[in-house]
Amino acid sequence: MTAIRLEGLSKSFGPVDGPVLEDVDLTVERGQFVALLGASGCGKSTLLNIVAGLEEPTGGSVTVPAEGAALMFQDAALFPWLSARRNVELALELRGMPRAERPERARELLELVRLAQAGDKRPHELSGGMRQRVALARALAQDREVLLMDEPFSALDAITRDLLHEELLRIWRATGRTIVFITHNVGEAVRLGQRVLLMSSRPGRIVQEWDTRPWKDPDAYGFEGNAQSLDDTLGELTRTITARLREEISRHAA
Amino acid sequence: MPPETAAPSVPAPPAAARPAVAPPAAPAGTRPSPGADELAGLDALQTERTRRTPGAEVLRTKVAPPLVALLFALLLWQLLVAVLGPRPDVVPGPLDVARQVAVLLSDGTVLGALGTSLWRGVSGFLIAVAVATPLGLLVAQWQGLRNAVGPLISGLQVLPSVAWVPAAIIWFGLSDATVYFVVLMGAVPSIVNGMLAGVDQIPPQLRRAGHVLGASGWTMASRVVLPAALPGYVAGLKQGWAFSWRSLMGAELIAIGGSIGFGLGSLLAQGRTVSNMAVVMVAVLAILAVGILVELLFFNPVERRLLRGRGLLGHRS
Repeated sequence: MTAIRLEGLSKSFGPVDGPVLEDVDLTVERGQFVALLGASGCGKSTLLNIVAGLEEPTGGSVTVPAEGAALMFQDAALFPWLSARRNVELALELRGMPRAERPERARELLELVRLAQAGDKRPHELSGGMRQRVALARALAQDREVLLMDEPFSALDAITRDLLHEELLRIWRATGRTIVFITHNVGEAVRLGQRVLLMSSRPGRIVQEWDTRPWKDPDAYGFEGNAQSLDDTLGELTRTITARLREEISRHAA
Repeated sequence: MPPETAAPSVPAPPAAARPAVAPPAAPAGTRPSPGADELAGLDALQTERTRRTPGAEVLRTKVAPPLVALLFALLLWQLLVAVLGPRPDVVPGPLDVARQVAVLLSDGTVLGALGTSLWRGVSGFLIAVAVATPLGLLVAQWQGLRNAVGPLISGLQVLPSVAWVPAAIIWFGLSDATVYFVVLMGAVPSIVNGMLAGVDQIPPQLRRAGHVLGASGWTMASRVVLPAALPGYVAGLKQGWAFSWRSLMGAELIAIGGSIGFGLGSLLAQGRTVSNMAVVMVAVLAILAVGILVELLFFNPVERRLLRGRGLLGHRS
């Protein structure tokens, strides 16, 4: 089952500037976790906005679930006048859930992101990591098959980000969503994504793809049980991808 | 010998080494709640505790200083009058004014004028709110209209609304309609401008978030735009009230007689006509007191509550 299919997608903002995206082909199966990796200005966010329906492509075709996709931003973008719970409830309301069912569902979602205790707090009373978890709960409240995440952890400190990676993977397994996760952090991409897609800059296109699953779960893929720990194997993959990313960036030096 | 007693610890390394290797073999799913404690700990560390200022401190830092200053000013005033001894009908002392207050209170003049002015001020302000709110929303949401009337509205805010009094008298004669017209011309532009400022200051990502969540048209306006613009709107209301009150006093001062009731502005004019400075002072103090009390008892608490709820107010202020 395909969740997202992009064919020959391109986007340019004006006739003078070169295309931001050029000839992007991408197929994401349902339930997959795809990490989209690229340097600044490679059109990752534009690509995500097109998939989310916030922008129109100038060429090619986009196939996404009819109901659209949930989207999470770099900053939580919570409504500051509403408590964490009411933020989630508003998402439920806008999706058309009857009033009587909202409090229970909002409680479940806050529990899922381990914030059941903080439901009555306003966004400004929460830490950055907690706000992103409320934003995640709010995105999940939309009940859409596809969840798009636009560098959601890039403004957080390293410790918080580390823990939220675990949390996100847990929630992904629990909910079975299809996730497209944008990042400029190779380690993050490798750790989270089943597939890591590397994008080039100006024009943005997908230049290489890695499948991390055999690295993370050697047994299932018939790899020889080796002495290396997961950190070591993923570290190797991270180095490989970083080298490729740098090569891609240095193309722009001339 | 001790080295050999230590030797049995050699089998230990596998056990010690195993945890270092084991984590990858035990993916997150096997532990029921990986990271739950860490996350809870981090949440506790990263959340600030909000502290409410205790009542005694509020009394000491907020209430006492202005009262002391007021008392000091009164004492200075009385002292100057006592030392310099000017004519009491030209420069009355606080005690003369207090006596005048007693006189005007006992014959009901002050309370009557206060009641009349307050009623007009409040009802005029409420009419202004009812007119300006939809107007402000319309102008804020419709760019073409905004381009057309935006400069005019800003201009009207600068124009002293007292300037409308002659026109109002020609149109409406010496009636309450004149007073209300001037009040509206004073308050409506402020409230519209406040609404515009409030809408302009909405962070774009909040609209984006609303859009992504499926809000559009009415739901966007009622669930996102209006609540987000509320602080600016309330600031506009506050200014609108101040302009209502000022305009009202100006109108009452200039337009006297006819079917216009007797307000504080009229009292002011009367004091001038009979050259009784104490009456003028009583009227000025009453006008000032209403302004301060409405601000202190109504707008300040509303505004502070609003800002605190959104984390826009420091804990200390």
